[in-house]
Amino acid sequence: MTSIEHKAPRQSLWSKHKIFETNSIILIIGVLLVISVGGLVEIAPLFYLKNVIEKVDGMRPYTPLELAGRAIYVREGCYNCHSQMIRPLRDEIERYGHYSLAAESMYDKPFQWGSKRTGPDLARVGGKYSDEWQRGHLADPRALVPQSIMPGYPFLARNELKFGDIANELRANRGGGVPYTDEMIAQAETDLRAQATPEHPKAGELEARYPKVQARDFDGDPARITEADALIAYLQVLGTLVDFKLYDDKANIR
Amino acid sequence: MGAIVSPVRRATMGEFAGMVLAGGAVLPLVLIAALTEDSGYAFHVTLAIAAALGSLILIANRLFQPGQVPAPQEIDGRPNYNMEPVKFATIAAMFWGIAGFSVGLIIALQLAFPVLNFDLPWINFGRLRPLHTSAVIFAFGGNVLLGTSFYVVQRTCRARLAGDIAPWFVILGYNFFIVIAGTGYLLGISQGKEYAEPEWYADLWLTIVWVVYLLVFLLTLAKRKEPHIYVANWFYLAFILTIAVLHIGNNLALPVSVLSPKSYILWSGVQDAMFQWWYGHNAVGFFLTAGFLAIMYYFVPKRAGRPVYSYRLSIIHFWALIFLYIWAGPHHLHYTALPDWAQTLGMTFSIMLWMPSWGGMINGLMTLSGAWDKLRTDPVLRMMVVSLAFYGMSTFEGPLMSIKAVNSLSHYTDWTIGHVHSGALGWVAYISFGAIYCLVPWLWNRKELYSLKLVSWHFWISTLGIVFYISAMWVSGILQGLMWRAYTPLGFLEYSFIETVAAMHPFYAIRALGGALFLTGALIMVFNLWMTVRSGTPESAQDSAPLQPSLVPAE
Repeated sequence: MTSIEHKAPRQSLWSKHKIFETNSIILIIGVLLVISVGGLVEIAPLFYLKNVIEKVDGMRPYTPLELAGRAIYVREGCYNCHSQMIRPLRDEIERYGHYSLAAESMYDKPFQWGSKRTGPDLARVGGKYSDEWQRGHLADPRALVPQSIMPGYPFLARNELKFGDIANELRANRGGGVPYTDEMIAQAETDLRAQATPEHPKAGELEARYPKVQARDFDGDPARITEADALIAYLQVLGTLVDFKLYDDKANIR
Repeated sequence: MGAIVSPVRRATMGEFAGMVLAGGAVLPLVLIAALTEDSGYAFHVTLAIAAALGSLILIANRLFQPGQVPAPQEIDGRPNYNMEPVKFATIAAMFWGIAGFSVGLIIALQLAFPVLNFDLPWINFGRLRPLHTSAVIFAFGGNVLLGTSFYVVQRTCRARLAGDIAPWFVILGYNFFIVIAGTGYLLGISQGKEYAEPEWYADLWLTIVWVVYLLVFLLTLAKRKEPHIYVANWFYLAFILTIAVLHIGNNLALPVSVLSPKSYILWSGVQDAMFQWWYGHNAVGFFLTAGFLAIMYYFVPKRAGRPVYSYRLSIIHFWALIFLYIWAGPHHLHYTALPDWAQTLGMTFSIMLWMPSWGGMINGLMTLSGAWDKLRTDPVLRMMVVSLAFYGMSTFEGPLMSIKAVNSLSHYTDWTIGHVHSGALGWVAYISFGAIYCLVPWLWNRKELYSLKLVSWHFWISTLGIVFYISAMWVSGILQGLMWRAYTPLGFLEYSFIETVAAMHPFYAIRALGGALFLTGALIMVFNLWMTVRSGTPESAQDSAPLQPSLVPAE
């Protein structure tokens, strides 16, 4: 290595690099400085620029049942094949609906925008199909869509939903900035039952806490609250909270 | 009065710390296992208890072993290298490699023939796909990186690995993390972030292991007998440091409770998306690129018997690569709800990234100047050279796909999958295979591999597999992207979504065939390595010290 210095008639810039090659601590500091620039510039502004998340009406945190359904969506790895992010391209808007807003996933932990569409985008699948269709399709996709390559999930309708921890789940979400109130956390378990049970006495309170909530028996078995109840409740709320008849595209041009 | 010789010697600092940590962890873990209601989590905690007890037994056993402790730094004036952890990592890499390639083949077949999901939770595509990606990237690739970095840092510093049991803690602790992560996916424990699926407790454990890894690496560098830190070690260091930063940044989460495997990421939506792809793309940039470039910088010059082509190029492309890579994440989020300025930055830096990437390729390929004839006779070197060619190809394709107009077609399609695999199979796996083919005879003191002919077979079968794989994905990806945006003359969308799915079937079958060929090649490799260790001729002691690769400036 020393031969470099001998060959260079003067101290060329190249020989300055020796300082990194002979001091591991200086090399570490150099690497850390160089790798922090890009991340800081791209990530930090997203937390303080006001126009990152559009102003919309209608967004609310997930109900306890929807949140439990979302956990099943994550558990089964649905994001491996389904995106939840409609791009502002002509064909996507015609196929799936209005392009997705940042506001629509503002309470999503983690985000589920996805990176692959082996199956169709699900950002606005809520209300597109009936509960009965979703139920049948989850249990046996090829019974309803013969060419589908989706795995079957018949076990969801058999598994009782475990929700003993649901209040803590809301609390952990609140720790990360989701505006769940003390009341929502205290009533989480009741709200979950109320949403999955038809004619539940507490359905009115649920509706007051979570506007536009869809409360009914989702899995076709009113006696039990199953994983299918939760997952279908989640699928049916996707993309339904922001009312695009009232949304002003121009006001949010960024 | 004769001195009473105790059969137990005094524990070293490392052994003592290990016993305190493992012993202290048992009781809290037993409590958690007893109290949690989640069976998958209880299973993981039980595994942790078994691991803690196992560590106690292993350390106690060491205390009864005769021998000089701590091990001497030098024997007869030559460094007393610590190669046992490297051997373990090499074997683990091949084990996880075969496991990861096999799961890849299974999920490829599931996409072609969905009946293979069997309607079961544990083996459906959604759970197996993270198992595949983690097994090949973190289990196979990770063990290759750990093993080779411990080998290279010792050889290029001419110093024994720092730490007494710390290197073992790193290797075994890392593989324990892999077991927890992999079984977690099958049991449905996932935080749902691509390539960062393990939950909070696995993440915490990995953080501890990784910090010890960094310390072992650094303290070995500090002991070096060479004045300069060899270029491969710059890349290893950048890889270890940056992966620590990325891992911690992307996994800051609040656990639901200590009794629950679930956690919620601190950020939401768009910020989480940016964090995720800052992590995700740089897992490619620093795990799968910087780390494997380090392997290239040691093993290619060694095998070719030539010095690295250009010292100056290695300086420029090292700093440029690590500076530019960090910016490239947003190209995974083109046309999404991420602000446009961030997307544009991501695209710009991704295109610039082409140059330092090719800098690495050129430096590797040109190292063969004067030794190109070896490609005819040495299939191991051929594998490494082809890996550089694939590296060059996929680092050209990447910038191309990061251009927004191209990305609008390629995103969400199989083109991305094909691109990843040309890099993963062609570059990462091939340079790893090359390194392992070199390492095994060196580590087990064998003259040569059992059969170079089998290496040739491995090379050609798996190259054919890669070609099948990536060409099938190019066709299916571009085809599906075009079908999604096709309009009839009357202005209606021409294809329903399911028609575009059905059109993929033949390509999914061809891709599975490609994967099967690649797996076959790897199985041939395992046989070859097994036979090398079992029946190879031992090398004589005189020529067992390989030459140091050296950097010679190009003039």
